Amino acid sequence: MQPTSALFRDNVTKALLDTDLQTALSRVDKNFTARRTAAVTAMPEFEALRDDAVRIKDHVLAHLDLYLEKFEEIVRTNGGHVHWAKTPEDARRIVLDLCQAAGARTVTKGKSMIAEEIALNPYLEEHGITPVETDLGEYIIQLADEPPSHIIGPAIHKTKEQVSDLFAEHHRQYGKTQRLIEGVDLVAEAREILRPRYLAADVGITGANFLIAETGSSVIVTNEGNGDLTQQLPSTHIVIASLEKIVPTLEDASTLLRVLARSATGQQMSVYTTFSTGPKRTEDPDGPNAYHVVLLDNGRSALLGSEFQEILRCIRCGACFNHCPVYASIGGHAYGWVYSGPMGAVLTPAMIGIDQAHHLPSATPFCGRCEAVCPMRIPLPKMMRHWREQAFERKLDGVRQRWAIRAWAWLAKRPALYRRMTGLVVRYLAWRGRPLGRMDDLPFARGWTATRDFPAPQGRTFSARWAQSRKAGTP
Amino acid sequence: MSVAPRVGLFVTCLVDLFRPSVGFAAVKLLEDAGCTVEVPAAQTCCGQPAYNAGDRKDARGIAIGVLKAFEGYDYVVVPSGSCAGMIKVHFERLFSDDPVHAAAARDLAARTWELTSFLADVLKVAALPARHDGTVAYHDSCSSLREMGVRNQPRALLSQVTGLTLVEVPNGEACCGFGGTFAVKYGDISGEIVRKKADSVASTGATTLVAGDLGCLFNIAGKLKRDGSAIVVRHVAEILAGMTDDPPIGEAS
Ligand code: SF4
Repeated sequence: MQPTSALFRDNVTKALLDTDLQTALSRVDKNFTARRTAAVTAMPEFEALRDDAVRIKDHVLAHLDLYLEKFEEIVRTNGGHVHWAKTPEDARRIVLDLCQAAGARTVTKGKSMIAEEIALNPYLEEHGITPVETDLGEYIIQLADEPPSHIIGPAIHKTKEQVSDLFAEHHRQYGKTQRLIEGVDLVAEAREILRPRYLAADVGITGANFLIAETGSSVIVTNEGNGDLTQQLPSTHIVIASLEKIVPTLEDASTLLRVLARSATGQQMSVYTTFSTGPKRTEDPDGPNAYHVVLLDNGRSALLGSEFQEILRCIRCGACFNHCPVYASIGGHAYGWVYSGPMGAVLTPAMIGIDQAHHLPSATPFCGRCEAVCPMRIPLPKMMRHWREQAFERKLDGVRQRWAIRAWAWLAKRPALYRRMTGLVVRYLAWRGRPLGRMDDLPFARGWTATRDFPAPQGRTFSARWAQSRKAGTP
Repeated sequence: MSVAPRVGLFVTCLVDLFRPSVGFAAVKLLEDAGCTVEVPAAQTCCGQPAYNAGDRKDARGIAIGVLKAFEGYDYVVVPSGSCAGMIKVHFERLFSDDPVHAAAARDLAARTWELTSFLADVLKVAALPARHDGTVAYHDSCSSLREMGVRNQPRALLSQVTGLTLVEVPNGEACCGFGGTFAVKYGDISGEIVRKKADSVASTGATTLVAGDLGCLFNIAGKLKRDGSAIVVRHVAEILAGMTDDPPIGEAS
């Protein structure tokens, strides 16, 4: 995916004018926020569980190499293979080689953000392999030829009507001529069309929510069961995952699964939690003949020991997206790269560079709700601030804004001068706003006055009045 | 308390420049509760605009001024969760590599309180003489709520006001979209966020909206007034102190 984060402002304008997007986004509250609140309220020990989850991940990050080596060893013992990919190019190449070795023409895919990160689908297509997305949301956006806009609800930006149109257009070739309206009918039709494709696939590619070092397993959670079919039916199963997905034990995975589902969808558990541990053994009735795990770094190891290390605790639950007022206003695509929302505002600059992505950590009111709901207690605002400091040092902000901040700071360090200057400005503004008590246009703050009025000051400053009243002896 | 606590009032730049009545209301509330209130003349701003812009150097410079201006007070009280949070939570972070100032920041942090939580938690104000007839919605500012742990205190104080009915804003934990310079720099996003907030506020049927942060209040009042809403917007201190002679925020006398 070609990043468009540098065009953030244009992306935002487009998103705010997109009425379909706005309709779609208004469902986030009902579908995610309310359900999470209910699930968390129903579990008194949730806070303690969060602490456990944080401890597990912090421990893993402190000993990442150790657990990765252990994982590789066990996977090998189980008859599988582990491949190390430093860059997205490496990962794409490895996956393609494995697909070609399997003689693959079609691959089915379970939902994987890592596949998006390495832009796998277009690469496979270029090399004559057809990828078929099997997660309903991913399937929808594959038809629309769009990237996901949310890490757990990839098609959250689409209205039902838009999905209906997409199906009508793309399913005609399968003899489906009736335009469907109801959600259940749309799901049923997608299922009917996907079924034979599972059977035809030569390779199944899934992501992983967790990798377990002690058992060499990869774990995925889904609500549709599509992941199971993707990894069991084809003769080759490829897992693509990033390094930090590793956890030491099964027990640890189960702790994380409990916070994950509640934070993500408000469920106690996702409908399907599937563990894959190597290829089919002789006594197994089914399963793939080959099992490969591709482990992607893509800059993650460089975050270890940096002020951004804590973002590697992220378990991709999406709670920060669902509680972010910025995300709720502009959706995921406006962020201009694979990861959006508060988590993307921290991770994207690390992956595509702060020069390109400086708007993302900057365009937030720092409301702190992301950190408050993050099951992994990741200090997202604090890390956004680190990025802002880097952006400021590199002068990536607009000249005017920079000048205004520095001038204000210069003045704020000189109280006497500050008093005189601000006193004058305030009197002027009070005079301008006098008739109504507010102004509907302020030339230096049009970003504000385009959508709301600016209340006028009362007149003289507090400090002036205070000095006078105390001098006069009245309290 | 036997000896009157000596309180340094950090007025905040918005109150100082735009709405002095909030400062006077804060002074009245504190004095009525038995405090000696002083307003150090060397104060200006808490440094948030620079800090949030990533201008750490300037933010430190301003913070050092605040540390000096408020040395020696028993308490530093701030009629804003956001500026109080800056002093209480963020100052120390600014001096992570400067132990002397970090220690001063820690000391100041321990003495710093948001106004309503100081009144309720420290002074244990239990019988305010104020009166206000009408339905009032209290807006939780993000910093008050999530940084300063202010939630019940303003509600408890408002419930002491005779004639006042308190209502809750639906989805009250959501941000109003102010965010300091964010509201100007990314005004389109901020405008969309405050649109939702203003709608939520309007849906309560409240006749008055109050909050403990002037930034949020200017933002929400600006939107309500642009929409032609009759809802009156005030800082919570004005209602608690019974000082409502000045016109509400964004309105003329
Ligand atoms: S940053 Fe936290 S809330 Fe956001 S997706 Fe990651 S774990 Fe979930």
